[in-house]
Amino acid sequence: MATVTPPTLQPISRHSRGTSSGRPLKLRTQILLQIVCLFLTFTVLYPIIWVVARSIDPSSLNRPTSLIPEGATLDAYRAVLTQPTTNPVSFARLALNTILLAGGVTIFALAIGVSAAYAFSRLSFRGREQLMLAVLGVLMLPAVAGIAPLFVLLNRVVIGGFNLRNSLFGVGLAMTSGALPFAIWNLKGYLDTIPKELEEAATIDGATRNQTFLRIVLPLCTPVLAVTAFLVFLGGWTEFYLSWQFLTDPNNFTLSMALYGMVGQYAAQTPWSRFTAMALVIALPVAIVYLSLQKYIVGGLTVGSVKG
Amino acid sequence: MATANVRSSTSTTERGSSWQRSESTRAAYLYLLPALLVMGVITFYPLVYQVYMSFTDFGLKNLRVNSAPPNWVGLSNYIRIAQNDMPFTGFNFWGTLAFNLWWAVSNVIIHVVLGVLIAVLLNTEGLWGKRIYRAIYVLPVVIPALIIATVWRNMWDSDYGPINALLTTITGWFGSTQPVHIRWLESYDLPIPWIPLPLSYYAMLVTNIWLGWPLNAVVATGALQSIPKELYEAAEIDGASGWQQFTNITVPMLRPAMLPFAIFGFITTFNLFHISYFLSGGGPDHRTELLVTWAYRLVNEQKLYGIASSFAVYEFFILLGLTLITNRLAKATASYAD
Repeated sequence: MATVTPPTLQPISRHSRGTSSGRPLKLRTQILLQIVCLFLTFTVLYPIIWVVARSIDPSSLNRPTSLIPEGATLDAYRAVLTQPTTNPVSFARLALNTILLAGGVTIFALAIGVSAAYAFSRLSFRGREQLMLAVLGVLMLPAVAGIAPLFVLLNRVVIGGFNLRNSLFGVGLAMTSGALPFAIWNLKGYLDTIPKELEEAATIDGATRNQTFLRIVLPLCTPVLAVTAFLVFLGGWTEFYLSWQFLTDPNNFTLSMALYGMVGQYAAQTPWSRFTAMALVIALPVAIVYLSLQKYIVGGLTVGSVKG
Repeated sequence: MATANVRSSTSTTERGSSWQRSESTRAAYLYLLPALLVMGVITFYPLVYQVYMSFTDFGLKNLRVNSAPPNWVGLSNYIRIAQNDMPFTGFNFWGTLAFNLWWAVSNVIIHVVLGVLIAVLLNTEGLWGKRIYRAIYVLPVVIPALIIATVWRNMWDSDYGPINALLTTITGWFGSTQPVHIRWLESYDLPIPWIPLPLSYYAMLVTNIWLGWPLNAVVATGALQSIPKELYEAAEIDGASGWQQFTNITVPMLRPAMLPFAIFGFITTFNLFHISYFLSGGGPDHRTELLVTWAYRLVNEQKLYGIASSFAVYEFFILLGLTLITNRLAKATASYAD
């Protein structure tokens, strides 16, 4: 399907960039361009600096006045890490819930998604195109659009006092409903770009289909498995609308629900320092992983959408 | 990816004898079995059930385990949505659809243009600090959308938000002593009288531009760097100006990478839940609501499960139409670059 390699990985680029033929910039042009670049830097960094400044601001909880606070304290972080919301639920509990939810969905979706992706990419069978269209059709629909039937159906599963809808497991199932088609499609797009010769050679050497899949295809998929796993995990890490709709017990709440709970209806009610500290604590781990995987993620965005 | 083409991958299908094919079919279904079972139960069955629900008056009364089944109401839900006949105020289906389309179009055009221009700027040979700028400009991409939307909601705050504070500082340089107090998210006034868009739309737009152009610039940079330098050298020998080189080499060569990405961005922006829900809250008076946020409010706030199902079916057909149109547009203009 797609023949485009991730652009950032092309070695040729290092030698052939640029629109002029190698002469240095005129000083006037250089200064002009630097002004533009610095302005862009300002617009990008201003909100980030504001968030960091608020999170270490000791002066007031909800009446910030200047951008850079006088004095700095980590009190807000300490407060958030001990008890982030008014509910008696610890940060560790919220983080554990979120990790269980995001991690569970990731492992489940990838484990069963990768073999399905292999079948779609490599095997010919009756009903292949119809099934792929079905997967694509589901992908087209935003996750919010499936929330009514999932809520109603999961709510019917009651075992003893346990209601599947009102549990992290139920939210995980509802999230897998959208994450699985995404994982299948993302993995299939990458599998399509792997040359078939390796597998054919393995078959000639007497490898069975299962051996080929486990020993040849899976190791080749490691980068895309990592990226897909991260994207699914990221979706779970900041998932909001399903958990907000499904869960009622504060002991099951997730980090993003706690963050949303801090945004009051009026800004005067927002505890600015704790809110920004919480936002940074949630954003930082995934931002770091995203930065380290960035070139593969961007490659994956262009692969699969470019026709070959 | 929403724009991927199913037909292009059928070339891998071999036409063997019928025995080979049925053997291969059996193996394929073994590989597919776990995924098909799971999707059958938690993806396809709920979607089919959703279509059934869309013809009923499913509500809170039908939610309990042993409650009575909902009443069959035929097409009534669909008609009520189209006529904005709802038991609550502020719902405007066609207005939301029009706003949603404009929201996606206006964002994607600005994202792509800014992304390409900034990528070209950062690709200028001899520019100082390129690496540092590239590292900084990627920051909005790596922050989760939920965080960006909730943080920016506070940034636009009329009393204590840093946007008004920044504007106060700037107007202060020009001698103004009055603090700037713009009610970005709540004001009903139209900033441009003949354009029926409230101020919160512009706040959402600025936020989403901040969020959107960096990724476009990353993709455009990748595509820029794969353009052979010889093309520019040849153009220079032929006496082409910088602008001519941009329109005749850069733009056509960027097109194969940027167009599919723009379509992907269009669909993503069309369904962008976070900015509308968290930033403006759909306000003022539900005027910056998107289809996805209404779909959520119908379930989460109104608990009208039957109507929400009909709404989702509408949404499916709208997105199907958009996907077909954008794919056709992409194909119709493909020969330009190939």
